[in-house]
Amino acid sequence: MKRTAGLWLLIGLIGYALLPWYLVGDAGFWRFGWLADPLLLGPSALVSLFQGRWWLAAPLVGIAAAAMTLGLCTKQLAVARGLVGSGALGLLLMLAQGLLILGQGPRFGFPPGASQSGMGAGALVVAAALLFVLTTGISGLGKGRGDAFITGLVGAIVALVGLFVFYPMAFILVRAFELRDGGGYGFGEFLPRLFSPEIWSGACVVGAGWCGPAVNSVVLALATAAGTTLQGLAFALIVTRTEFRAKKLLRVLSILPIITPPFVIGLALILLFGRAGTITVGLHELFGIEQTRWLYGFWGVWLSQMLSFTPIAFLVLIGVVEGVSPSMEEASQTLDADRWQTFRYVTWPLMRPGLANAFLLAFIESLADFGNPLVLGGNFDVLSTEIYFSIVGTVADPAQAAILSVTLLGLMLAVFLIQRQWVGKKNYATVTGKADSGRNAALNPVLRWTCYGVAIPWAMFTAMIYALIIFGSFVKLWGYDHSFTFEHYVRAFKIVVRNGVHFVGSAWDSYFTTLWIAGISAPLTAAVGLATAYLLVRQKFALKSAFEFSTMLSFAIPGTVIGVAYVMAFNFPPVELTGTAIILVIVFVFRNMPVGVRGGIAAMSQLDKSLDEASIMLGANSFTTLRRVIMPLMGPAILAALTYSFVRAITSVSAVIFLVSAQYNMATAFIVGRVENGEYGISIAYASVLIVTMLACILLMQLMIGRRRLRRSDRVEAL
Amino acid sequence: MSEKGSVQFEGVSKRFGEVVALKPLDLDIQPGTLVTLLGPSGCGKTTTLRLIAGLESASEGRILIGGADVTHLSATYRRVSMVFQSYALFPHMTVLENVAYGLTVKRVPKAEAHARAEEGLAMVGLVGFGGRLPSELSGGQQQRVAVARAVVLEPEVLLLDEPLSNLDAKLRRRVREEIRQIQQRLGLTAIYVTHDQEEAMAVSDRIIVMKNAEIAQEGTPEDLYERPASAFIADFIGDANLIDVDVAASGAGTCVDLLGRRIELPLTTTIRGAGKLVLRPHQMTISNKPAAYSLPAEVTYAAYLGSQIQYSLETKAGLLFASVAPRAKPFTVGEHVHVGFDPADLRVVPA
Repeated sequence: MKRTAGLWLLIGLIGYALLPWYLVGDAGFWRFGWLADPLLLGPSALVSLFQGRWWLAAPLVGIAAAAMTLGLCTKQLAVARGLVGSGALGLLLMLAQGLLILGQGPRFGFPPGASQSGMGAGALVVAAALLFVLTTGISGLGKGRGDAFITGLVGAIVALVGLFVFYPMAFILVRAFELRDGGGYGFGEFLPRLFSPEIWSGACVVGAGWCGPAVNSVVLALATAAGTTLQGLAFALIVTRTEFRAKKLLRVLSILPIITPPFVIGLALILLFGRAGTITVGLHELFGIEQTRWLYGFWGVWLSQMLSFTPIAFLVLIGVVEGVSPSMEEASQTLDADRWQTFRYVTWPLMRPGLANAFLLAFIESLADFGNPLVLGGNFDVLSTEIYFSIVGTVADPAQAAILSVTLLGLMLAVFLIQRQWVGKKNYATVTGKADSGRNAALNPVLRWTCYGVAIPWAMFTAMIYALIIFGSFVKLWGYDHSFTFEHYVRAFKIVVRNGVHFVGSAWDSYFTTLWIAGISAPLTAAVGLATAYLLVRQKFALKSAFEFSTMLSFAIPGTVIGVAYVMAFNFPPVELTGTAIILVIVFVFRNMPVGVRGGIAAMSQLDKSLDEASIMLGANSFTTLRRVIMPLMGPAILAALTYSFVRAITSVSAVIFLVSAQYNMATAFIVGRVENGEYGISIAYASVLIVTMLACILLMQLMIGRRRLRRSDRVEAL
Repeated sequence: MSEKGSVQFEGVSKRFGEVVALKPLDLDIQPGTLVTLLGPSGCGKTTTLRLIAGLESASEGRILIGGADVTHLSATYRRVSMVFQSYALFPHMTVLENVAYGLTVKRVPKAEAHARAEEGLAMVGLVGFGGRLPSELSGGQQQRVAVARAVVLEPEVLLLDEPLSNLDAKLRRRVREEIRQIQQRLGLTAIYVTHDQEEAMAVSDRIIVMKNAEIAQEGTPEDLYERPASAFIADFIGDANLIDVDVAASGAGTCVDLLGRRIELPLTTTIRGAGKLVLRPHQMTISNKPAAYSLPAEVTYAAYLGSQIQYSLETKAGLLFASVAPRAKPFTVGEHVHVGFDPADLRVVPA
């Protein structure tokens, strides 16, 4: 314990004395010029301290206290307590000086005239060192089975989630209590504003005009959830219970939403059903039906959400339908039930909790959806877009954005809790470790043809939409001039080879930024996600369920809310990150972390726990066990988490759109900009390139995983 | 008492939230002995083993291994090895890498680690299997690899968690003999968890029977069988018919009142009043005629097992279970017979 703590103290001291304390531009740090000239990026804390910023002594107090503990105490327990105390003291003092002394000056007028910018590399290293001194001390108290690696990992993840999920959320909450006209903060206006008719008006339901965005959001989410669940069920039944020939094609459908940027479907719908859309024009010419803008409103958003989320419901429901053990159905049939009775009294009740789960998932997706309503919403306001417009609209109203965010967050959390508490427990999982050799009962003809009737036209429609996206990128001006052209691709992705290669197309910049930011965030996401999964599955520690809940929380926070929260929280010291690439990486890591956690939990649950216990018993520590036993056996899961977070980083738009800057623009934000200008051609061309890029990534992953599977079965058991 | 290889518990208990997995327990395991923790599932035997291993931390009390307090020492640093029920061989490493794993993480040079691992494999009779993957071995071979992997580290204490439960009955007997031989040859302290009483009797120097998170009785296999301290032990260690009786002192021995008849037993006990008579199935005789000590009975079930026949018998003392050698003409269901016993075989336990 003493050695570990000493090492961290040394690192902390180096960070304090040598690294630049403040963040000055984010690119320079990685160029390592400061190695040669320590003051290149600004003074370290030690230098600043002597320049008169006496409050920077705060972290030094913690470091000194810890050093004294190590020097003076000899008893194990005393050392542990001392380290916990000094680590906590140092962190608290450091936090206090950061929160009290801001860029414009001290928060409460003391010390007068003091100001500082956001914390940088030095502060990061010192904070990490203090944190690990603290966690090493905690392990010395016998927590986490006395393993400093485990307590350190817990500490690191708690600190990261606290800083990048809870801290920004706190800003939203505080802003929601802001009084109008700059009158400070108070409770007086919060409830009236939260429940104002501006948000909750239900007048349109009774035909009296206009509905508030909250009502719109909920109605839309209900409609989408109902529709996608039914469609998904039809697809799942066809794939699992019929002799349908093109099952593989249907399966392909299920990966489409993963690789589709969220507004692309909306765009394709505009090309078909918009006022100048092919079908609208066609119907007008053939039957004289009036060309209207019906697409821009509830029905358009609903249609695009149906197209976007049906595959997700499909994916969930395949698992549910396959989870109904054939032996149950066979038992029913041997008891003389016919196929319909078997479905009605056995299969259906077993699937019901799974259906509820799919419904709630689609509900959450629809509530959080930003791309589709942004493109097709028109005057149909939903919460996620309203939040966006109250930040970037003509009248910026952050307080209103905060109120709307609280509303959306409340709805999401409510559904999220229902899903966890109610559906989560009421799950008749019939998938056991035993091999089931029976066959699922086939559907009866009426049900089968109903499923075909529902699903096949829809599948064809979806296929057509995707074909259109590719096709649309090659025509001059959709709806007016359908002549073939490469113009959009050339404008976006032109390369000039003259004295070297020049990427002159307008999209290259954001394309490369997207790729490298996604490339950096993917391994980080996978690492944080899998480390969390490891702690959740394999370790026991106090408050574990709270820990689990807080890590899954960012799944329930809509992207728009995260975006607003980050803008509010990280726009000024102590953590000033807006406009940097770091904030984009961070937002991806914490947005996509639950995916990594879930994947990791699933994969790790299949690894027999006695494998790591055996390693521990053979004298390996937790870190060695993780490295030599768990990681090699989790290869496919790690790869999947990597690919998935990479792809999600490319398609994400809701949070990103608040955080991009001129220097670091992302592909999705770039496309939204083009869409708002009505440049559909180039938008679609760019989207097609993104889809192809991601498809290549996924295929590559499948290839690698496929090859691994040849060597080892999916399920790894202790032998 | 601080001899290498000894294990002591001083008031060790374990709670998981509200659930008490182990009531405060004192243990003293002598070096070089094989001690079995025996009991039904959920009795706390595996928890006890995992506490010694360091895979669980004690809620209260002190754990000493070789006289040193290891209560707060993590499993990594205890000189204890374990053989898992599932073997827990690392599927991505070869057999040799598995056996050498513990040595390599201790930074023993690779050549030496491999040499010692080969020795370990030789000890369990698996020379030449080092290059294979665990999945290419049979169950019994995997089990031996697991043992070799645990003993090459020369631990002070070897822990075995139901090591034979994944093997078929015939193999189980052979492997348990091998384990016992290795333990005696290396003079290891071994702690063995099982729920199979026959296995426990066959391998142990001492047996600790556990029930409801505490020790029910502790002793040599013979102690437990011949002098059960409770009805639970009598029934759990070998089969037993338990009959309610009144117990009283009678001179140097004991007398019991069985269905109104006084029977003198040549044993001493402190039990007075209500007690239970222990009647082993294989110590009973069945005949058409009454004997000196017998009960009238009706055969309700008969099962022919080759070496013996098992009968269920309805008597006034309740349903009895007897196992006797086959005879030319077996008794049939419904037949009225007499069940005989010898008072010298009888034991008394508290009710």
